[in-house]
Amino acid sequence: MEEIVLRPVLDPAVISHGRQQLLHTLPKERLAWMLQKMCEIRYFEEKAEELYTRGLVHGTMHLSIGQEASSVGSIAVLRPDDLIIHHHRGHGHTIAKGADLKLMMAEFLGKECGYCRGRGGSMHIADIAGGNLGATGVVGSGIPTAVGIALALQMRRSTQVLLAFFGDGAVNLGEFHEALNMAAIWKLPVVFICENNQYGMSGPARTMCAVQPLSVRAVAYNMPGQTVDGNDVLEVYQVVQAAVERARGGEGPSFVETYTYRWRGHSKSDRNVYRTQAEIEEWKQRCPIARFKQVLVEAGALTATEIEAIDAQAKANIERATEEALACPEPSPENLEAEVYAP
Amino acid sequence: MSEATVREITYLEAVREALIQEMRRDPNVFLLGEDIGVYGGAFGVTRGMLEEFGPERVRDTPISEAAIAGAATGAALMGMRPVMEIMFMDFITIAMNQLVNQAAKIRFMFGGKASIPMVIRAPAGSGTGAAAQHCQSLEAWFVHVPGIKVVAPAVPYDAKGLLVTAIRDNNPVLFMEHKLLYRTKGPVPEELYSIPLGQAAVRREGHDVTILAYSVMVPRALEAADQLSQEGIEAEVVDLRTLKPLDQATIVASVSKTGRVLIVHEAPRTGGLGGELTAVVAESEAFDYLDAPIRRLAGRDIPIPYNRTLERAAVPQVEDIVAAARELAREGR
Repeated sequence: MEEIVLRPVLDPAVISHGRQQLLHTLPKERLAWMLQKMCEIRYFEEKAEELYTRGLVHGTMHLSIGQEASSVGSIAVLRPDDLIIHHHRGHGHTIAKGADLKLMMAEFLGKECGYCRGRGGSMHIADIAGGNLGATGVVGSGIPTAVGIALALQMRRSTQVLLAFFGDGAVNLGEFHEALNMAAIWKLPVVFICENNQYGMSGPARTMCAVQPLSVRAVAYNMPGQTVDGNDVLEVYQVVQAAVERARGGEGPSFVETYTYRWRGHSKSDRNVYRTQAEIEEWKQRCPIARFKQVLVEAGALTATEIEAIDAQAKANIERATEEALACPEPSPENLEAEVYAP
Repeated sequence: MSEATVREITYLEAVREALIQEMRRDPNVFLLGEDIGVYGGAFGVTRGMLEEFGPERVRDTPISEAAIAGAATGAALMGMRPVMEIMFMDFITIAMNQLVNQAAKIRFMFGGKASIPMVIRAPAGSGTGAAAQHCQSLEAWFVHVPGIKVVAPAVPYDAKGLLVTAIRDNNPVLFMEHKLLYRTKGPVPEELYSIPLGQAAVRREGHDVTILAYSVMVPRALEAADQLSQEGIEAEVVDLRTLKPLDQATIVASVSKTGRVLIVHEAPRTGGLGGELTAVVAESEAFDYLDAPIRRLAGRDIPIPYNRTLERAAVPQVEDIVAAARELAREGR
């Protein structure tokens, strides 16, 4: 019997110098785009939170503040025609995939012009035309669906790939196991990205999961697995890029764990009784956006002035999108039954 | 349709023929499920199909019902037309999350901008001695979920024509196949044809009592009607064929005509489809024509037992239908 070991997606030895290399090999516009998306995610979620507090957003929301490097670093790798599927903490993925911020904010506000015409809300934003195949509000439920999306890509001999995002809370579901096994035996063009923000609602991943790090799970499915610093957008980029190349080349799925932290509570009802304020503060010191800005300046990729302009532009984009979204009409409750089934 | 092409084939062969003909017609149609390839399916429905279509389109899966349902849902979201087989309807419980929270919801919760054209084939029902975990009739759960359609054919002709329609439908369709019907024969055209969903069929006309039935209860109701006829009671047997959407017009028209209705199904009485059918009649103009209370004859509120006698006693049999209809026909006279 061969010894079963965790195969990394990317040789860890190349990561540190690769990070520096990326700062020079990626076009300046691409780096600027990555920073802009990270800023837009942060400002979008802060704005959504404010609108919630003002009573303009109904229901709840699951903010990913602090996790921006994971979504942007992964999705930055993709071709425009590649696909994503994700879960309820998915605002970052949606923005990184190129969502129209107005349509997205309009959905939060429950408006007819929102992505889901006010039927889905913050937990279910999909932009089918933009390759965002939607957010699922049930932990892990998008993972089996991802198998089918990737299966369709394979059966059509497409060169597109799928990124499937989920959280640490999803890895203890039976569906996770069924889906990763199936994707592996069929060598499907999908990358499973587990954003380990360390808590499944209040349950700490370190005590709820028998095996650490979570990327070790990949061994059970004979696929490469790797844990990356989920607050380092360039490290996420490198490893996901290797996984995407593998998927596109027909070599099958990979499992990437982006180790990160959510600054906000699980949802709006969270009083943070399961973790300390000191822990939250400590992670705020590792802000992925501040870190990326610093790296960009130090490498001379972008000037401080350019960075300031990008940040300001992102903020302005959110403000404008919010204003426009607020002006959208409310949906009508008439004839809703007619929408349940496709003609 | 020329008579020459109509043959007597079994319900099982009719299901297979629909699958084969649709797969030949549309490259987006493919099958996935446990043991459907070399093995040919637990009941033999897909036997021989691997040879024609290959392992990519007659796709054997691991024993992973949730992932099968997820794979079908995701592929359907991409515009494929997967037909997934659940080996026994009972095992659909493992796939419920994908079917109920994903497949049924995606269209609506994404604002109508996606559709999920998939079929879930599920052999259901008792009578094979397979006991409590291999004999259930779980249609009521699915009828209750907006976003899923439910079809339950009773005869080979419908099995083929309704399955073709289910495959072409742009929504998740649960297609219930009764295991006891697999070997029953009936006339089926060789050509491809389709039967619209949501249309009941009056299998036998009568003026004394309406029997509403579907799936295996249709042949039982017809046999009962023959016996009742010898006693001078003429039963009208309505085969619902599609449980959702439901053909309320045919139900209401028949009950308005006969003034009496007996609802028959195999699934347990409490919370079963019979309650919904009762309400459909009671809320309609047919209520004014009722000469006797609406009556339900359903499976008993028990898990299906193993022993042959107990199993038989668990669900309505021909003699039960005869007795219930006879009693009903005499009521309020």
